Amino acid sequence: MKARRTPPARKVLSALFVAACGLAVIAALIPLAFVLFFVISQGVQSLNLDFFLNNPRPVGEVGGGMANAIVGTLILTGLAAALAVPIGILSGVYLSEYRGSRFASTVRFAADTLNGVPSIVIGVFAYAVVVLPLGHFSTLAGGFALGIMMIPIIARTTEELLLLVPNALREGALALGATRARAVFSVIVPAALPGIITGVVLALARIAGETAPLLFTSFNNGFFSTSLTQPISSITVQVFTYAISPYEDWHRQAWAGALVLVTIVLLCSMAARIAAARVARIRGQ
Amino acid sequence: MNPPARLPRPVVRAATSASPAPAADAPLKIDVEHLSFFYGEKRALEDISIKIQANMVTAFIGPSGCGKSTFLRTLNRMNDIIPGARVEGRVCVDGHDIYGPGVDVVAMRRKVGMVFQKSNPFPKSIFENAAYGIRINRMASGKSELAGRVEESLKQAALWDEVKDRLHESALALSGGQQQRLCIARALAVKPDILLMDEPASALDPIATQRIEELIYQLKTNFTIVIVTHNMQQAARVSDFTAFFWLGRLVEYERTDKMFTNPTEKLTEDYLTGRFG
Repeated sequence: MKARRTPPARKVLSALFVAACGLAVIAALIPLAFVLFFVISQGVQSLNLDFFLNNPRPVGEVGGGMANAIVGTLILTGLAAALAVPIGILSGVYLSEYRGSRFASTVRFAADTLNGVPSIVIGVFAYAVVVLPLGHFSTLAGGFALGIMMIPIIARTTEELLLLVPNALREGALALGATRARAVFSVIVPAALPGIITGVVLALARIAGETAPLLFTSFNNGFFSTSLTQPISSITVQVFTYAISPYEDWHRQAWAGALVLVTIVLLCSMAARIAAARVARIRGQ
Repeated sequence: MNPPARLPRPVVRAATSASPAPAADAPLKIDVEHLSFFYGEKRALEDISIKIQANMVTAFIGPSGCGKSTFLRTLNRMNDIIPGARVEGRVCVDGHDIYGPGVDVVAMRRKVGMVFQKSNPFPKSIFENAAYGIRINRMASGKSELAGRVEESLKQAALWDEVKDRLHESALALSGGQQQRLCIARALAVKPDILLMDEPASALDPIATQRIEELIYQLKTNFTIVIVTHNMQQAARVSDFTAFFWLGRLVEYERTDKMFTNPTEKLTEDYLTGRFG
């Protein structure tokens, strides 16, 4: 039997469609390429060892760096993670375990709404519940604001990943006399762990770049500080401050800060991928 | 290694009706009375009564969707996790109704182990898979006892020789047949009385299937085995008793050699001779 030849019109249409997809991909990548190009080309010029070791200098004095802001960002994201990772993962477990219940769908809707709330609103909330009672800006308030932003991201990611774990694994654990909680925490969560790690780090990367919620929570600090109850500097707020200033030197510092931030985020993502791949390889997945 | 087809037939007294009385010489292990099962409004099993004897292999056969797997899963309350599932009737294991009030389902499942159609090793090492049930039920007091138990169960499942040098490699790297035997080892490690097997060889090649069947034959000295199979030859090879299910009902329950040579019910005969199903 001879197969009927595909009509040329269909081949042309197919080729056009593939070409359209390719163009769309290029269009999506162009802005990314430009952002990276500018951040790297402008940032590298002002990046030197001093940038990592010194604090900002007063206006008019050349030099100085963002040591305090780099440490501040690390502390703020660390605080946020300490708050959001346990709550987010446990909520995700709840959402996937009780996915049929009315409360779970309410929580899911609330998480999605919270995910879409503009970050400045989260900042206002943190200002109201942490800054006002304490009476001043603080690292705690900034970490709290970022943590609130992370919770719904981690919860929903964890839920999605747990739902991907085959039900057969749960049944296998239950059939061996495991309680429901035991089955979840000894079999199902570990099976989804590589994905959960990636999800957590991507959430970290996202909130590390937030500026708005920090403006009136952790504020800024011209000096090196690791105190949780004092205002603290962060790369994003520092970049913002420098970028809107009229000084050429500060503009250069802002570019350098942007480059450092992008690099930190990139390193985090790479570390997450490596960690996830390692966990997966140990298990032979 | 004898091929299972040539294994000697056990001698049990002939049962005479669709719901046979148990043979006098074998103790009763599972006694199901008037069991019905519902998925929401839909009735999947209708008024099933069956007496399953200790240290025998009982096979459930029947066409797809006849309820044989559903019935098997009611025997260790695996259906509990399905939303909207409901059970009526009694399932007595060693004289105790497992659906009665105050039953510890978790402890009951330890006594009534289960092996699934698709092998489901946990994404952990071979050792950790076999050790899982021992650990969660705190059945070993030290590392050496745990290792001993793992070895014992892997030997019982005829897997030890193949994996003893790579116990700490991933279970997912094993072949399909080895994975299924690991799941059997995992189930045996918690020392159940009863082993429920839901088409344990349906996803395996003929050689792996033969190994599982030989294993079933060895295991029945120590365990009561209930096996669901859609393969009638397999039922004939491995089982002492066979129950034929059709449309959620138990049509005939009989000594296997009698059922396959001289079934009582016309429906059973039609199914066994391939007239439907």
